[in-house]
This record gives sequence, structure tokens and C-alpha cells, in this order.
Amino acid sequence: MISIQFLAAIILISLGLSVAVFKKNLIKIVMAVHVIGSGVNLFLVSLGYRAGGIAPIFTDASKLQMVLPTTQALTLTSIVIDFAVVALMLSFVISIYGHYGTLDTQKRRLKE
Amino acid sequence: MIFLAEHAPAFAIAVPLLAAFVTPVLGRISEKIRNIWVIFSLLFTEFLVFILGCKVLDEGVYTYALGAVTPSLTSPVGFPVRIILETDAMNALISFMVLSIAIITVVYSWKFIEKYEAQDRFYSLLLLLTAGMMGMSFTGDFFTMFVFLEVVSVSSAALVAFFKKAESFEAAFKYLAISSIGSFFMLFGIGLLYGHYGLLNMAVIAKEIILHYSFLDVVALSLLGTALLLKLGSVPIHMWKVDSLQEAPAPVSVVCIATSLVGLYLLFRIGFSVFGLVINSILGWILVFFGILSIFIGVAMALLQNNLKRLLGYSAVAEVGYILLGAGVGLSAMPEVNGFAFEALSGGIFHIVNDVLDISLLFLIAGSIYYITKKRNIDELGGLAHDFPSLSVLFIIGMLAISGIPPFNGFASKLMIYESVFYFNPLLVILGVLGSILMLAVFVKVFACIFLGAPYEGEVEEVPGSMMFTMWVLAFFILFLGLFPQVAIDIFIAPAAEALVHPEVYIGGVL
Repeated sequence: MISIQFLAAIILISLGLSVAVFKKNLIKIVMAVHVIGSGVNLFLVSLGYRAGGIAPIFTDASKLQMVLPTTQALTLTSIVIDFAVVALMLSFVISIYGHYGTLDTQKRRLKE
Repeated sequence: MIFLAEHAPAFAIAVPLLAAFVTPVLGRISEKIRNIWVIFSLLFTEFLVFILGCKVLDEGVYTYALGAVTPSLTSPVGFPVRIILETDAMNALISFMVLSIAIITVVYSWKFIEKYEAQDRFYSLLLLLTAGMMGMSFTGDFFTMFVFLEVVSVSSAALVAFFKKAESFEAAFKYLAISSIGSFFMLFGIGLLYGHYGLLNMAVIAKEIILHYSFLDVVALSLLGTALLLKLGSVPIHMWKVDSLQEAPAPVSVVCIATSLVGLYLLFRIGFSVFGLVINSILGWILVFFGILSIFIGVAMALLQNNLKRLLGYSAVAEVGYILLGAGVGLSAMPEVNGFAFEALSGGIFHIVNDVLDISLLFLIAGSIYYITKKRNIDELGGLAHDFPSLSVLFIIGMLAISGIPPFNGFASKLMIYESVFYFNPLLVILGVLGSILMLAVFVKVFACIFLGAPYEGEVEEVPGSMMFTMWVLAFFILFLGLFPQVAIDIFIAPAAEALVHPEVYIGGVL
């Protein structure tokens, strides 16, 4: 029986991928990249999840009670990276809109 | 000196990274000081990598731990906080090559981008990109690899958009979207490996994988492999690479080529060192398949182009195909690589060096042609050989080298690939030679279009001396490696191939 959080991660990733492949609006593509990133982050953070565990900041607790700290560190880093990528992509979208006057990848023509 | 050699892997990442953030400050003071600062920080990094390389060639694998020096030193929770930087002959070679290309690019850019705004940010991003590539090549840890991969893709996407034209923004968007989707898939693969082993260190995973190899590893390997093939622009997903190489300024295209070759190195590292002891020949065949596909589609599409840089972009795709062909044959023989498979792998590694020299030379020439005429379309050019004889000589050198004609370096490595792949499967050699001949046809056409014919009538500028100098340096190395390939193979190619085919040495470096 597959856990629900892994299932959710897979659904998010495939949703993002299908939008990135089939949609023609640039903003939707940016959103798709972000959704893929969120799916992967969900997958990572749920790898270290332990039912009833506590946050790994109280070092007095026994090792088995804590959720895994590594995956949380990884997820935090990857969220920051995701943020940087999406911000840069949106700034490209702004410039592309300024040059072409549309966000549709099929209809773009250079403004005279 | 010993201190520097000891901490070289950490410094090689830290120096360009810190220099990147100081550059804009110095740019406020004076452009000259900034340029000197950039070139000196890169030269210093190159020096560090050079002494590190000598050390590694002498003593074998060098492991540098950030954080806990030994695995037994742990945090109170019983958890070792450390990141491993592991250097062997292969990544010493790659990082040295990348830094040399970065230095050449910086010297070329002095004049090339002189008239544009935002030079501070250009150099800053270039240094950041170099730091990312250093990190990618030195790291021995999967997650650090992902982080540096993203550093590289963000900074190179920003550099691709340097000209601020509509097309360059489009190319940069395409590049960033595709490469970040690739990165997330890679992170997914890393997550799978972490879920299975609870580890992120490549060498330790490589050791554990022998005992617990399962279907999950195959899924993780295919995710990592797909993401890396995407990053290096192998054929099914090559369009972003061609677009970004076309629209980026010529020096940035050269650095983008270098980034894709670092991606190739990571593919080798994962294929050979991490999964080398457990995979069967299928992965090698997959690489060979994509290699042949890249050669053919790259060359065939290059024939059709009339934008010079787009044409060069497609030939860069084709050149990556040759490397994949050689390395795929080597990988299919893992874990016992000997005889022809080893020869094929060394040919592939040698071709990495040669490819970056040849393609860089051609891209820099294309940049110079754009600089002097402001035209990119080869149909609008012609007769440049009358005014620029040395540029045409350089183009001939680059064109013969990339098509694998003796006495240039492309011939040396392609011959190694051909004669060893012949024992593997003769058909592949026929396809490879055919691709090489077509490549010559492409470049003869380009040469005739640009340099021959009646003298060029538009306005032209002179090519600045610093730009000519960098191109002659590249041409010198092309000729040197073509005339004395055995020197290069003995000194650094064979040790690099040895390092790849003996994963147990890489594993032993950490444990």
C-alpha cells in the first residue's frame, strides 16, 4: 500500500509535467515548474517523516523519536533554489511580454 | 604552498564565489581594476587546481571533508555533519579545462562587451558560473551536486539574456524552464536514493549499492541519467541548447559549452563510479544510441542553417554525440573495462578536451565576425578573407579540427574512438565517419560563404588584439594536441580513464 504523501507527490509532479508540455501560456509554464518543484519537495520531506515524531531541534529526545533532519535541510535548500528559479523565470516573462505583447508562445510576433 | 594544496578543492569553489560578489563593487571604482581582479582571481583558482591536479596524479584520490573530518565525529544526535569533496584525475582534468576556458572567455570579453551596459554583472555572473562548475566537478555528494547544478543554470540563463533582445529572453526562458525541470527530476532521483540508503555521499552509496541493488536504483539511475542527458543537450532535448548558444554573446556560448561538458562529467561519474559495479551493458547501449542520434541529427540540422551561431550550436550537439559514443562503449564493458573499451573511453575523454577547444575557437571566430560586421547570417557575408587573412586561417584550423582531419586534435581523439568502437560494432564506426564527413561539408560551405568571394563591401571594424590573442592561444593548443596526442594521453587522459574504470578506488577514497 503506497502512502498518501508519496501518491500526492507523484500526482503533483505529473500534473506539473503535463502542464509544462501541453500549455502554451508562459505564466502557466512557470507555474508548472513550480508545481514540479513542490511535488519533489513534498516527496523529500515526507521521506523523513515519522508518525508522532518531534522536530529535530531538541537534542535531549531519543534519536528514534525525531523526524529526520537531513531531508528537512534538503527541502529548505531546494525551496530557496526553487524560489530563485521562479523569480528569474518570471522576470524573463516580463521582458518577453514587453517585447512581444503576448504571453502565448504560439502567437508571438515582434512588436513593430 | 602545502596549505594551499591541502585546501585546494574548497578554495577552488570559494575563490570565484567570493570574487563574484566583490566584482560589482570594484566595477564602481574603475573598469580596469575590475578586469584585473576578475582575471587574477581566475588565474589564482587555475593555479590551485593545477597544484591539486599534480598532487592527485602523484598520490591518487584526494578527499577533502568540509565539516567533520572523520565520519565518527558527530553532532550530539549522532549524525555526522560533513560534505565530501573528492578529487581524482578525472575531475582535476575537467576543472582545469573549465577554468582555462573561463580565463580565455574573460580575456575575450574585455573588448567584446566593452560597448554594452551591465559589464559588472556580466563578470560577476561569469565568476558565479565558474564557481558552480567547480562545485559540480569537485563534489562527492549528490545534494551538493544538485545545488551547484542550479547555480550554474540560473547564472548561465541570466548570461544568455545578456543582449536583452526579444529572442535572447526567449532562449533564456526556454533554457531555464527546461533545465530546472531537469534539475527537479534529478532531485527526485536523489530523493529515491536517499530513501533507499539514507545517504547522500556518492562513494558510500556506490558501496552500499553492491549489496542492496534493486529496482528502485534503476528508477533513480534513469531519473538522474535523463536529467543529465537533458543538461548536456543530447538529441531528443537539444533545442534549448541550440537556441541559447545562438542567442547568447559568443563568450557566453563558449562557457555554456563548458557547462554541458561538466554535465557530461557528472554523467560519467554516476555511470561509472556510482553504478559502475552493478549495471549491465544496457546503459552503455543507451548512451551509444543517443550519441549516434546526436551525431546524425546535429550534423543534418547544421547543414540547413544559415545563422552562423545556430549552425555551430548544432555541430556542438553532434560533437557531444561522439563523446557519448566513446563513453557508452566504455560503459557497456563495465565492470571489467579493458582493451578496446578502455581505448574508447579514453578517446571519449580526450574528445571532451578537443571538443571544447574546437567549438570554442569556432564560436569566438563567429563572435569576432559579428563584432566586425554586426551580421549573423552567413548569406549576407562574403569575401572576408581579403581583409582578415588571419581570421580565415583560424577558421580553417577550427573547421579541420572539428571535422577530424589530421594533423589537428579532433583527428587524434576521433581516431581513438573509431578504431576501438570498430571492435565493438563496425556499423557504429561507419555512422560516425559519415557524420564526420558531413561535418566537413557543412564547414566548407560556411567557409566559402563567409571568407571567399568578392571583397566584403559593408562597414567593418578591426578585430582587437586581445580577441585575436585568445583565438591564437586556442589554435596553438589545437595544433599541439593534434601533433603530440600521445603526450596528452599519457599525462592526463589515461589517468582520468583509469580513475573512471576503477570505482573501488573512488569508494576507497572516502571510507
